[in-house]
Amino acid sequence: MNEAPRQGSSARPGAGERLFGRAVPRLEDTPLLTGRGRFVDDVQLPGLLAVAFVRSPFAHARIRAVDCTDARAMPGVAAILTADDLSPLLTSDVVAGAMPSAAIRHEVYRPVLARDEVAYAGEAVALVVAATRHEAEDAAEAVAVEYEPLFAVADGPSALEPGAPAVHMRLPDNLLATFDFHYGEVDAAFAAAAHVVRADFDLHRGGGHSMEGRGVVAAPDPVEDRLRVWSSTQTPHALKAALCTMLGRGDDDISVSVPDLGGGFGPKLVTYPEEIAVTAVAAHLGRPLKWIEDRQEHFLVSTQERDQHWRMEMALEADGRIAGIRGALTYDIGAYTARGLNVPYASGMMLTLPYNVPSYRLDIAVALTNKAPATPVRGAGQPQATFVMERLLDLAAAELGLDRAEIRDRNLVRAEQMPCRKPLKLRGGTDVVLDSGDYPATQRAALAQAGWAGFAARKAAAREEGRSIGLGLANYVEGTGRGPYETVTVRVTRQGRVRVSTGATAMGQGLQTAMMQIVADHLGADPANIDIHLGDTAEPYGFGGFNSRQTVVAGASADAAARAVRHKVLSVAAHKLGVEAHALDIAGDLVVETGGGNRSLTLAEVAVAAQGIAGFRLPGIDTPGLQATERVVIDDMAYANGCAVAEVEVDRATGGVRVTRLAFAHDCGVMVNPAMVEGQLMGGIALGLGNALFERMAYDEAGQPLTTTYADYLLVTSAEMPEVAVSHTESPTHLNALGVKGVGESGVIPMAAAIASAIDDALDDLGVRVLRAPVSPQEVRAAIRAAEGGAR
Amino acid sequence: MKAPPFTLHRPATVDEAAGLLAALADEGALVLAGGQSLVPMMALRLAYPPDLIDINGIAGLDRIELSGDHLAIGALARHHDFRRSVVPGPFGALLARISHEIAHYPIRTRGTFCGSLAHADPASEWCLTAATLGAEMVLRSQAGERAVPVADWFEGAMATVREPEELLVEVRLSRPAEGSAWGFYEFNRRAGDFAIGAALAGYRLEGGAMRDVHVGIGAIEEVPRRLGEVEAALEGQPPGPEAFRTAARIAAGAVEPLEDFATPADYRRDLAVTAIERALAEAALAQPGQRGMAA
Ligand SMILES: Cc1cc2nc3c(=O)[nH]c(=O)nc-3n(C[C@H](O)[C@H](O)[C@H](O)COP(=O)(O)OP(=O)(O)OC[C@H]3O[C@@H](n4cnc5c(N)ncnc54)[C@H](O)[C@@H]3O)c2cc1C
Repeated sequence: MNEAPRQGSSARPGAGERLFGRAVPRLEDTPLLTGRGRFVDDVQLPGLLAVAFVRSPFAHARIRAVDCTDARAMPGVAAILTADDLSPLLTSDVVAGAMPSAAIRHEVYRPVLARDEVAYAGEAVALVVAATRHEAEDAAEAVAVEYEPLFAVADGPSALEPGAPAVHMRLPDNLLATFDFHYGEVDAAFAAAAHVVRADFDLHRGGGHSMEGRGVVAAPDPVEDRLRVWSSTQTPHALKAALCTMLGRGDDDISVSVPDLGGGFGPKLVTYPEEIAVTAVAAHLGRPLKWIEDRQEHFLVSTQERDQHWRMEMALEADGRIAGIRGALTYDIGAYTARGLNVPYASGMMLTLPYNVPSYRLDIAVALTNKAPATPVRGAGQPQATFVMERLLDLAAAELGLDRAEIRDRNLVRAEQMPCRKPLKLRGGTDVVLDSGDYPATQRAALAQAGWAGFAARKAAAREEGRSIGLGLANYVEGTGRGPYETVTVRVTRQGRVRVSTGATAMGQGLQTAMMQIVADHLGADPANIDIHLGDTAEPYGFGGFNSRQTVVAGASADAAARAVRHKVLSVAAHKLGVEAHALDIAGDLVVETGGGNRSLTLAEVAVAAQGIAGFRLPGIDTPGLQATERVVIDDMAYANGCAVAEVEVDRATGGVRVTRLAFAHDCGVMVNPAMVEGQLMGGIALGLGNALFERMAYDEAGQPLTTTYADYLLVTSAEMPEVAVSHTESPTHLNALGVKGVGESGVIPMAAAIASAIDDALDDLGVRVLRAPVSPQEVRAAIRAAEGGAR
Repeated sequence: MKAPPFTLHRPATVDEAAGLLAALADEGALVLAGGQSLVPMMALRLAYPPDLIDINGIAGLDRIELSGDHLAIGALARHHDFRRSVVPGPFGALLARISHEIAHYPIRTRGTFCGSLAHADPASEWCLTAATLGAEMVLRSQAGERAVPVADWFEGAMATVREPEELLVEVRLSRPAEGSAWGFYEFNRRAGDFAIGAALAGYRLEGGAMRDVHVGIGAIEEVPRRLGEVEAALEGQPPGPEAFRTAARIAAGAVEPLEDFATPADYRRDLAVTAIERALAEAALAQPGQRGMAA
């Protein structure tokens, strides 16, 4: 016990101080910016060997023979394994990773190594283990694979044409799945409509392109007969489960840790064949192995989000209110299902959300193609849905002679409608209920910031000078906080430190800081006294990072666990000090009296007391220790919303488009840390700008990838970023105790739609319509030429 | 993305380098200058030189010197060395202006002027500069030295008349006419990217008429070159937007544009016209007495 309060350092927070909601500096930044981050490639172990993969140069081919004789004799080579060599080490030859869906017609899971057939360029055929990566790559080149090239299918619509070559020899057709969204009397709405607008949209999204690629280190522990795995993954629990299943091991025989993650953005969501193969071979050889994905591999085999082709129409009342939307979506999912149908599902489900749409039907066809498997990239189908919806509204505005903002205002879901139940279901069957927000007000905020009202004059003045400027807008709703839960354990250690551990996985969003802020306010509000452990599968139940979910679901569990631990701390301290618990508070690492008394206990003293003494009653608590584990279950999603207004300048001679200004108004509920929210928005906006104008993962007609370096695949750099004015509104959700919604994907979602709208506006005298994303200067120029009648 | 095995040679003199090339070029030995094109090609396993002859240790190759009617640029002069005027007046200003369009800062500190000429990428700014201003490539081998005028240098995209055993020791870049002024324009997708189309144009004014007109295009065709038809249309005319536009349009019929999956020929044809027009417009602003790249 500590009668006289210790002289706290000036940094120690006072009782009642709050970190939640403040722009506190990110805990992650100092280590990362001073070179003290530790990534999977930093894992060094004695006897570590390097792995490289032999990969198919063909998009589609039969494998006639694999001859490793020469390669096995190369310097440094320890082992080379083909599918036949690997098979006895595994309970299954394929990674069965896709989410369940009755709509899936063909089982096309990714093989760990291809045996008889390769179905996309880059698919792994053999695994080479050597002393160094250089030697492994030299030997990989010397593996002689005899391929018989087969016809390849390189895009969704042609994959579904009758007589199209088969993506897989064993399948009768390339139609992976069909399903639909359907509510209301949509055909009747079209029959009675005052106006109908129609368009086809061609929407592409590339890859995730995290700064750090994928990578895995697997180390057998012969003493305990366990496997220790480090992977650059967003979902360590899924990886662990897959490894245990495929290697035939028990739950506790394999541990998976995620070191610092140099970005994820979606492609690190699924478990990959390489992670399985490397771990199985490490166990087999009894040697630690490391495989680090290089950029070529990243372009060839890391998942991408890929192409969507939409044929859509919108029916409207005479006053501009939407009567119905119908159409069809074809989605190119690549050669295998790595995640299932969630991207086209999200696109179809999200399309109508911000607006009151009385009737809707979307028929979705998912096509297999001879390309790398597709899975979500940050935004996960929502940017495309937003593009289609917003562009249809722009077409409708033009048709009706309404201002583009006005037609939206007439259709947006209104604040009075909240919570607003939509006749749609989440993929797990839960109803879609928009929980909160004032969508028209958000739009008004963005318009005001962008100077929408006065823009016509600016545009006319610019035209006088020969400059073409335009303004465009897009509203979005983002589904965030995918359930059902994330586990969080909070413990006050015997040293008096607050330890938070969770399977939630950081990928650069500042999750550590957010967790700290959520926990801190209950347990002393001193960042320096809190240790956060993320992404460890020692926590048996969990998911990881995707769907803007972690601050929401892990945050809810962290909040609940921290409250429970606080309650225990105060109960023990009250017992020891002989006062009422409500007369105590926690400040830094001290429990202090609030009502005038000046006695205190250190958290360490409370923690030691809380573990109990043999033969004595526990001090004021029923269960020992200052620990709580919570898994707050949240099935409904929390819907963030926003509106982006982009200003562009189009160079008519070159087709070049420069985004000059961006106003971004949004509402992600209560903000745990406004600076991190802005960081998430900026990163998302950069990706959205890339999706609008730059990033295209191109393949030729034979399925050969064409853009496999960053000279050809164009990422946005700081030079392309516009000035961004952000305005925040906080409408708390009732779905979690903190009132938070996710924001990780918000920035991406409206960008392509807003920029396309702005390009149209800049070229309105020509009637150019941007119905694709990304749109290149070459394509803008071609549209201008066509509108001008060909000649210069 | 690890380079295949190779042996690195580090000659200390040009003679030593020429000797190594004589011995090893037949087997595929390559010169390593700034490495900004060669090393990525090796990492991508698109180039498999068994021997690399690294010229970076050879003293004196980094010289940039005005000598009579030309600027002598040694094999180790880096793009970045041109960032500030290497010679007084519009010539130095022009080279500084162009150097900033090449790639990104770290690449400019390594990549070399001569390496760009040897590599002969159709979009290289220095190749366009050499083609437009006039230049001579000085090649050294054990057999001796020869100089190749720029008109004979390029054989196609990434191909020159240099024999594998020849070292490009120096480029002699012609000094533009006294009183001339220059303009440069390039279009690319992002800052630092290779150009999709570029033009360099210059002239001097004599009694209100354009003389010594030079108009070159890069990144449009397989090799950069001057467009005589466009130059002829401008020669003797007073400068001005109309004259520039009329002349630039001639390019549309004169070029045989490159095509790739992202860029159709029509686009580059349009871009040639636009780039020429804009380069000429910049040259007009740079005429003596105006701000810009003229004395
Ligand atoms: C991301 C990126 C962007 C780039 N953008 C541009 C750009 O916008 N514009 C542009 O012009 N360039 C660009 N480059 C290329 C860069 O300018 C290179 O530096 C240049 O093309 C080659 O010069 P180097 O000294 O690096 O040559 P190296 O890479 O060393 O060599 C290139 C080739 O030339 C040969 N070679 C080099 N020097 C000699 C010599 N003296 N004698 C004989 N043979 C020789 C080599 O053997 C090799 O075959 C870019 C490069 C990168 C990586």
